[in-house]
Amino acid sequence: MTSANPVQPDKTVLLDMYSKMSLIKHNDETARKLLMSGRLPMIYYSPRGQEVIPSAVSVNLRRDDYICTISRGTHDMLAKGVPLDALWAELAGRATGTCKGKGGPMHITHPESGCMITTGIVGSSMPIANGLALASQIKGDGRVTVAYFGDAASNIGAFHEALNMASVWKLPVVFVCQNNRYGEHTKFEKATAVAKVSDRAASYSMPGIHVDGNDPLAMHAAAREAIERARAGEGPTLIEAVTFRFFGHVFGDADGYMDKDEKAAAMAADPVPRYRQWLMDQGHASEAELAAIDTGHESAIKAAVEKALAAPWPDPSELYKDVFTHELAPA
Amino acid sequence: MSKQITTLQAINEALHHAMESDPTVLLFGEDVADPEEGGVNGASKGLSTRFGDLRVRSTPISEQAIIGAAIGAAMAGMRPIAEIMLMNFMTVAMDMITNHAAKLRFMSGGQTAVPLTIRCTTGAGFGTAGQHADYLEAWFAHTPGLKVVTGATPAEVSGLLNACIFDDDPCIFIENLPAYWQKGEAPADPGARIPLGQARTVRDGGDVTVITYGPQVAVASAAAEQLAGEGIGVEVIDLRTIVPWDRDTVLNAVARTNRAVVTHEAVRAFGVGAEIASVIHEELFGQLRAPVQRVGAPSSAVPYSNPLEKAFMPDADKVIAAIRKTLN
Repeated sequence: MTSANPVQPDKTVLLDMYSKMSLIKHNDETARKLLMSGRLPMIYYSPRGQEVIPSAVSVNLRRDDYICTISRGTHDMLAKGVPLDALWAELAGRATGTCKGKGGPMHITHPESGCMITTGIVGSSMPIANGLALASQIKGDGRVTVAYFGDAASNIGAFHEALNMASVWKLPVVFVCQNNRYGEHTKFEKATAVAKVSDRAASYSMPGIHVDGNDPLAMHAAAREAIERARAGEGPTLIEAVTFRFFGHVFGDADGYMDKDEKAAAMAADPVPRYRQWLMDQGHASEAELAAIDTGHESAIKAAVEKALAAPWPDPSELYKDVFTHELAPA
Repeated sequence: MSKQITTLQAINEALHHAMESDPTVLLFGEDVADPEEGGVNGASKGLSTRFGDLRVRSTPISEQAIIGAAIGAAMAGMRPIAEIMLMNFMTVAMDMITNHAAKLRFMSGGQTAVPLTIRCTTGAGFGTAGQHADYLEAWFAHTPGLKVVTGATPAEVSGLLNACIFDDDPCIFIENLPAYWQKGEAPADPGARIPLGQARTVRDGGDVTVITYGPQVAVASAAAEQLAGEGIGVEVIDLRTIVPWDRDTVLNAVARTNRAVVTHEAVRAFGVGAEIASVIHEELFGQLRAPVQRVGAPSSAVPYSNPLEKAFMPDADKVIAAIRKTLN
């Protein structure tokens, strides 16, 4: 770890971050295996390579804080505490899923853990995060809302409208841009007029933090600073966390548009094993302790998958439920 | 004669009452707070002074951010009223309205509710042309998850607005701009709610049923009055709620008269009238004495020039012509 972070989190937090990263990594490996085998066909945006960001953010959040995430979002959800059983049942489209099978991979919602929305529309997490934060500001409940989005979303109008409003109203919100270097198939530099998304914060008179999103300590420090600032009523922060996605835009994408050397270098610097090694080198955990975390997740994921695939499908009558509060007569 | 108030006063009083009775009711939109004169038409005058800047806020001209903030606040247990100054400006926020507000309850399996009211105003007749006067209710009616509501009199506007604010689903509340300064009977109680999904029979008549809403209620009533002089009985139904629309009242009425006309200010083609006419045909085909007629604006943008604008708007003559077609 290269971070010069002055206040290192204590061991519990360090291991909590690792546990989340390990959970995300193993969950993703399982998802891709299921897709490859054909056992679970689904639309899937792998977050592999981006594990550090939501793990470091989430250890700074309370259970009742809110997140708004996007279609590449299983890492954000798992880090915030969306339970595996309900998540996998939703990925499998089953009645027992978080959303009764009506949302699917791109729309996981689980208010109990603070995951208020997963949107499939680029840029739309931010305006809605503002509203959650606005409610907290009015109620004085001390909650913070985190809006996750990608680098490409900083080029859509909703980004501008939302960041401007959040700053004018000093909302308790943190905008976390996960810059994974590509918007769909287009390289960051080709689509974005600034070198750093965080520089855009200046337009909204809010702090902009540029951080290595694969460095757990640096990411932890950035997240803590922004979350504390929001919770103290001092307004929003834009964090640009630089990272890399290992498996393209959507599962099945052949990566033909990607710079092969860039990808190989990023995968060689895989942040999860790197952090695992660092924890051992620094004497924070033994191999056995970390292995126990890993295998615990692996077996929980396996059990969740089997349970999900055995769960019932939603009944066709569900089509007419939850459209409105009360079911209307068929139109 | 009971107290007469304008539609704007009715809206203002309903908003005051709603905010007074429930601290979770919020209002935001462009210029809505008192330093900005309580909205360009003054509909929200007095509210920020009385209820404070936390609950009543003038926003940047950022429709996506306005609706997004309203959605998020609604998901967190508030009852926001988001004012979009003119219905055409909702186009700028369509992602928020149709992909999010409308669908979040369903897509979350009922976990997140969006009890949001979007107030907007519109209507031809003021020479504002094609980007400030459209009736776009059919777009929203075609998106499952949104309720679409509009009133025809001050008391009706008040009662329906109250119902929308306290409804647990997202409501698009359409206000007719030219009607803002028209007077009508005041509601008995500014907090009274008119249940959504219930039409009102404006006048009885045994020969033909005219189904309409919003500004066309007055137009249809004028047409009915004129035909009454010829001994033709025209029943006028004000839908009040477009989604969910009151099928029972409409079908029962047409089952009595066996003739129907649907009229709205919105463009006729692919409009709300097409859906209603189809349902009438599906349900009452054997009983109808004539095909259901539809009246609406032609398929053009709202024009600027006064004579063109007059020609564009469905008036009593057009409604009468449609009624006569069902009688021949």
